[in-house]
Amino acid sequence: MTLTGEVVRISGAVVSARRLAGAQMYEVVRVGDDRLVGEIVVLDRDVATIQVYEDTEGIAPGEPVTTTGMPLSVELGPGLLGSIYDGIQRPLDVLRDAGGDFIVRGLTAPGLRRDTAWDFTPAVRPGDRVEGGDILGSVVETEVHEHRVMLPPGVQGRVEEIAPAGRYTVDEIVAAVRGGGRTRRIRMRQYWPVRKPRPIRMRLEPINPLISGQRVIDTFFPLVKGGTAALPGPFGAGKTVVQHQLAKYVNAGIIVYVGCGERGNEMADVLRQFPALVDPTTGRSLMNRTVLIGNTSNMPVAAREASVYTGITIAEYFRDMGYDVALMADSTSRWAEAMREISGRLEEMPGEQGYPAYLASRLADFYERAGRIAAIGSPGREGSVTVIGSVSPPGGDFSEPVTQNTLRVVKVLWALDADLAHERHFPAINWLTSYSAYIGAMQGWWAEHAAPLWAEHRAEMMAILQAESELLETVQLVGEDVLPEEDKLVLVQARLIRDGFLIQSAFHPIDTYCTVEKQYLMLELLARFFGLARDAVAAGASAAAVGGLAVRSRLERMPFVPNERFADEYRSIGQEITEAFAGLSAGRGVIG
Amino acid sequence: MDGTFPDEKPLQKGREYLSVTRVAGPLIAVSGVEGVAYGEVVEVTVPSGERRAGRVLESREDLAIVQVFGGTEAIDTTRTSVRFTGETMKLGVTEGLLGRILGGTGEPIDGGPLLIPDTMRAISGNPINPSAREFPRDFIETGISAIDGMNTLVRGQKLPIFSGSGLPHARLAAQIARQARVSGEEESFSVVFAAMGITYEEGDFFIRNFRETGALEQAVVFVNHADDPVIERLITPQMALTVAEYLAFDLGYHVLVILTDMTSYCEALREVAAAREEVPGRRGYPGYMYTDLASIYERAGRIKGRKGSITQLPILTMPNDDITHPVPDLTGYITEGQIVFSRDLHRKGTYPPIDLLPSLSRLMQGGIGEGRTREDHAAVRDQMYAAYARGRRLRGLVAVVGEESLGDIDRLYLTFADRLERGFLRQPEDERRPIEESLDMAWQLLGTLPESELTRMEPAMIEEHYPRQTEG
Ligand SMILES: Nc1ncnc2c1ncn2[C@@H]1O[C@H](COP(=O)(O)OP(=O)(O)OP(=O)(O)O)[C@@H](O)[C@H]1O
Ligand SMILES: [Mg+2]
Repeated sequence: MTLTGEVVRISGAVVSARRLAGAQMYEVVRVGDDRLVGEIVVLDRDVATIQVYEDTEGIAPGEPVTTTGMPLSVELGPGLLGSIYDGIQRPLDVLRDAGGDFIVRGLTAPGLRRDTAWDFTPAVRPGDRVEGGDILGSVVETEVHEHRVMLPPGVQGRVEEIAPAGRYTVDEIVAAVRGGGRTRRIRMRQYWPVRKPRPIRMRLEPINPLISGQRVIDTFFPLVKGGTAALPGPFGAGKTVVQHQLAKYVNAGIIVYVGCGERGNEMADVLRQFPALVDPTTGRSLMNRTVLIGNTSNMPVAAREASVYTGITIAEYFRDMGYDVALMADSTSRWAEAMREISGRLEEMPGEQGYPAYLASRLADFYERAGRIAAIGSPGREGSVTVIGSVSPPGGDFSEPVTQNTLRVVKVLWALDADLAHERHFPAINWLTSYSAYIGAMQGWWAEHAAPLWAEHRAEMMAILQAESELLETVQLVGEDVLPEEDKLVLVQARLIRDGFLIQSAFHPIDTYCTVEKQYLMLELLARFFGLARDAVAAGASAAAVGGLAVRSRLERMPFVPNERFADEYRSIGQEITEAFAGLSAGRGVIG
Repeated sequence: MDGTFPDEKPLQKGREYLSVTRVAGPLIAVSGVEGVAYGEVVEVTVPSGERRAGRVLESREDLAIVQVFGGTEAIDTTRTSVRFTGETMKLGVTEGLLGRILGGTGEPIDGGPLLIPDTMRAISGNPINPSAREFPRDFIETGISAIDGMNTLVRGQKLPIFSGSGLPHARLAAQIARQARVSGEEESFSVVFAAMGITYEEGDFFIRNFRETGALEQAVVFVNHADDPVIERLITPQMALTVAEYLAFDLGYHVLVILTDMTSYCEALREVAAAREEVPGRRGYPGYMYTDLASIYERAGRIKGRKGSITQLPILTMPNDDITHPVPDLTGYITEGQIVFSRDLHRKGTYPPIDLLPSLSRLMQGGIGEGRTREDHAAVRDQMYAAYARGRRLRGLVAVVGEESLGDIDRLYLTFADRLERGFLRQPEDERRPIEESLDMAWQLLGTLPESELTRMEPAMIEEHYPRQTEG
């Protein structure tokens, strides 16, 4: 039933309207003569307070507000992949065709194209008993993605009709299911309210690695499919670059990238690069596995608030088909600020730093939607949603509410550091403060994948880096030359780990992606070098002599050796290491 | 043309009120109103007859809260009249604005001829559809090594200068405006200059500079002085960017927008928030300042299929030279990098006093390399940064423990940092150093380190560029 009320107050993105008794919380409404999209966020008798997803300039009291009977929902079905949407799933390219290069108000467009016909293959027969989540048929959405048409959750009954194989648009009916005394016509599109998690059969422990090709991540602070990670850091520390690297290279089937309140050019960058880049897992265009949500900082703030929900609901939908989905949200702080801005306009009681008191629970609820799961319906499917959230703390100070409340719920922290970024140590992930709760889970995997000593090497490198940080405190006070040789060697070793392993240029054509095989061989070489270096120093060589070995430069340049050539390089460097230390003990092989 | 008021003023019946009920800071509340639109332009007439512009910040059924750009001085609650124009804020734009000097709200102050607008544009603008953006990649040669070599600017980028009081940001901005060229193109940039809360001296510096170099004919200048009403500043950047968008995306100009001083702008924002008794965010600045600044800075860029571009060079002074202060902090979170000034370098007489470590250009990557600058550019930048950072770290150490404690290689790095600051970084204000020369200078510096130290690049590149001593 549609109600029509009347605007009584406008304050920024928040509008109040009266005569809306009977409207529901979170119902979508159309506001004003321009019919802007809004959502009810407070109800007080017949007055509804509405957050409006478009610029409210020009709206006056007295203008009409009509309800739609629907909560804020996304449209799910074939055609999502390769799309770019705003925060409320309006396709930006369609808006551009309709309204020009600038986003004008009052435009609407459905999330899925109506004019594309998809090749549908049925998977059930008339008379079959079906229930929510069952796969009724499938569509080849891209060359490598089968889109599984699922019966919407909550529906059950017997298949009365099922469309024969053929081409259908999302508007056409592909099945009729009779149950509970009525017949439901099923299309390939369905709706789901964004603020409500989609149902699952059960949660499973996340144990499979999400490989990113980024050394500091895969080797030191790994993430798993279905896991959660936070990426806090001051401006310019490299959050977006890390997120883009993950979107490009992780071994997930589907990527949902949410540009939440960030830069327009960053979205343009993704749109420019992704179609031309190749998915390392399937060898196809990256854009084919990607859904982009771009609600940039200058786009309406309420739609920014909605964007992360739009993104995660789409992610869950693909998860339910049985895909491993990775969602990047850049930046969750802008989402939290949107909440704060709207909460301020609602004159709610402010909590810490003006954020609403429900900040912590909203963040927790969002990350809770990540996970590895068994899906409802048959045939049985496992899928996962991994969530990686950037956090942009004011002044780079991690003690603020968004960072702190995020750290309470995520399992991996990649802490970005301004000092490292200033020195152009990228990715500027601080190895002393970052952590991953999935190291145990990864140990077995690496052991099975030809990397028996992964855990040991990793622990050795971490120990050296830890020791370095303690030594550096001493050096700050008394200088390096008073240190014993073995401590000086630690400094040499640590520098080699930083320069030869941790630093990884996202923009270097080779170094941008490092296979796990190469990562492990690099670790092996470093470990071998370190072992021999310790022996040499114990036998009387100086740390400076070790640092001056020609092979040290070669180790630092390992990142530039192509993945496929690295096995050869590994043997060759290995040999040079052996020779270099042999030479060192014979008193030669030192440059300078 | 009066920038603030639309040329047609449809007087609606019952739209003029004498019912100001409250005056607080830059805001007034007008009661008993009807059908006032959010964002509507208001004309306030104070008892002396003086007229001021305002804008509706909140509208209720019988009450409107209005922000008065000319300030609220002399406004009373009995005789002040408030007229609601039925229009949102627009600016008349025309190519004829080039060469003109306007006040902070868009009225000409140069005594020039009347301006006839081609069209009226809402000054708040509409966001560029992200899918319509063309990713900016055209290298701008500013002739300044610290920028071109290390933090390259590209056409359509927003790159602020983080300065401090008394530092030569105005000189650097003027130098960039004067020297910036895109290689292979004759055409220079048209400048849209918006000054907010700056001194007469600084305003004059820019205008004189533009005039002397002939740039003024290709410039539109908006000036809100330090003693002009504070609230007026809130619309100056919107005005300037409305003109810039028209010049760039309608007429095809490449526009360089200089906004100075964004800190003054933010102070005006804070003043309004305080008057509204909003819950203050960090250091009293409103929680929505990020969004507000983004609505300014994001009006830079390029659009697919259109010729022009908007490159932004906002300037801000960091209070107490504190980069974590909300104004530089939120700016850095929106812009595509930043050029950071160092008071230390300035004291040492270094011009430009650019602190390379915290400076950054995020769009550099796409603008450099073969066919744009030179194939070795990225590698040179990485190696220069690595070496300079190490030198700077050692400099800190030496201050405590003395140079004697350093090893031979460390000493080379220390010298490297000094040489970089004295040679590569420093250059006369009128020098226009071509990019090849900047990169060659960088190689000379890198040549002071042994080849085995240059591990941020592939051996082939060292082979090709590493400066070798001639025989002997
Ligand atoms: N892995 C990397 N390799 C090379 N350069 C990098 C890397 N990571 C970051 N950078 C450099 O740092 C710059 C800033 O990174 P980025 O834009 O990701 O920062 P951010 O943390 O997202 O900042 P903001 O919060 O302002 O969005 C990049 O433009 C790039 O020059
Ligand atoms: Mg970012």
